[in-house]
Amino acid sequence: MAEKLKVATCSLAGCFGCHMSLLDLDERFLDLLELVEFDRSPINDLKDIRQPVDLGLIEGGVCNADNVHVLREFRKMCKVLVAVGECATTGGIPSMRNSFTLKQCLEESYIRGAGVEFAHVPDDPEIPLLLNKVRPLHHIVKIDYFLPGCPPSADAFWYFLTALIAGRDPSLPPALIRFD
Amino acid sequence: MSNTFFLDGLEIPFREGQTVLEAVLSAGRYIPHLCWRPQLGPHSSCRLCTVIISGRPFSSCTQPAMKGQQVECDTSELQDLRRAVLQMIFVEGNHYCPSCEESGNCRLQAMAYHLGLQDNHFPQQFPIRERDSSHPDVNMDRDRCIRCEICVRASRYLDGKNVFGIHGRGIKSKLAVNAPSGLLKDTDVAAEDQAVTMCPTGCLTVKRVGFKVPIGERIFDKETIVSVALEEFRDQEAAHG
Repeated sequence: MAEKLKVATCSLAGCFGCHMSLLDLDERFLDLLELVEFDRSPINDLKDIRQPVDLGLIEGGVCNADNVHVLREFRKMCKVLVAVGECATTGGIPSMRNSFTLKQCLEESYIRGAGVEFAHVPDDPEIPLLLNKVRPLHHIVKIDYFLPGCPPSADAFWYFLTALIAGRDPSLPPALIRFD
Repeated sequence: MSNTFFLDGLEIPFREGQTVLEAVLSAGRYIPHLCWRPQLGPHSSCRLCTVIISGRPFSSCTQPAMKGQQVECDTSELQDLRRAVLQMIFVEGNHYCPSCEESGNCRLQAMAYHLGLQDNHFPQQFPIRERDSSHPDVNMDRDRCIRCEICVRASRYLDGKNVFGIHGRGIKSKLAVNAPSGLLKDTDVAAEDQAVTMCPTGCLTVKRVGFKVPIGERIFDKETIVSVALEEFRDQEAAHG
């Protein structure tokens, strides 16, 4: 049997909905496991990529300094890097904050927000610094493929992954392209 | 000999005075377009309907049909060009499909599906644009405006009102409201106006009906933009000839 493709996944400024949709493959997920083995992923809770992998799937855009670091690490370690979902592709819902300044956003959440007590903007050094704007992945590193959808459906995941693994063009047919 | 031209080698009949786009739609064929509607006629701003005639690009919504023309439309070069145009339209605005109540009914989105758009390629501009929720029944979210001027033309020529206009130039141009305050509440716009209902995106929406039809059961969840455009064209021809 051919060696399994090594895959790493992570969620940056996303909601884990894309990962949930990947799990929606249901019994097909077992078929997928015949073809791939997961390195870093929320699925196995590994926190770092242990070795260079064939395929990286990234959900979510980039909203803070840690996201930038993880994204660059993925680019370095993944032969093929895929932006998965609307946020990774366009910035998505988190990038709606780009219409406001970061100061306005933080003050709205932590100073003036409804029900706020002990108002102050969190400043623990362990909290990654927020970027002034939320950005899609391709603003920061080269992205090889984009898998649109919020989230991409399990069928879209299946079509894309099986095509890519088999060496076919993984472009989705129009019926599987959805932005919502 | 009858009046015909050729669309990608296929013979298309036309009537005197028809544009290439009209003749093609009359024949039940399709050329992608966003700023053109059968009720309004050409505007030639979206450039999606660009075709090649005798080696030169023309917008098919303005180009008169002529006997014997060789029109190239469905070529990989032109489809790439259309995708690039569409990508530029997407990155110029703030199109948050997942939270937009027009998702599934949006022609910009449906066109992206039709052309197989999977990414925006260009850097997102994230422009800062004003919203206008002042009107009791109509909401205006300029984030979603593609400046096709369908509302401008529909308000003038179909509603007889003249509520909208375009202010500024180039990438700084924006949808303006024709009132001293610049607010929709100070105009005679109404929810049933064609200017509102014909908006191809979620820029102009009617209040209190959002998500009445759930995502997944909307127009372009069930039909393609091709079938919708052909149906609209047939209806218009049946009504006005």
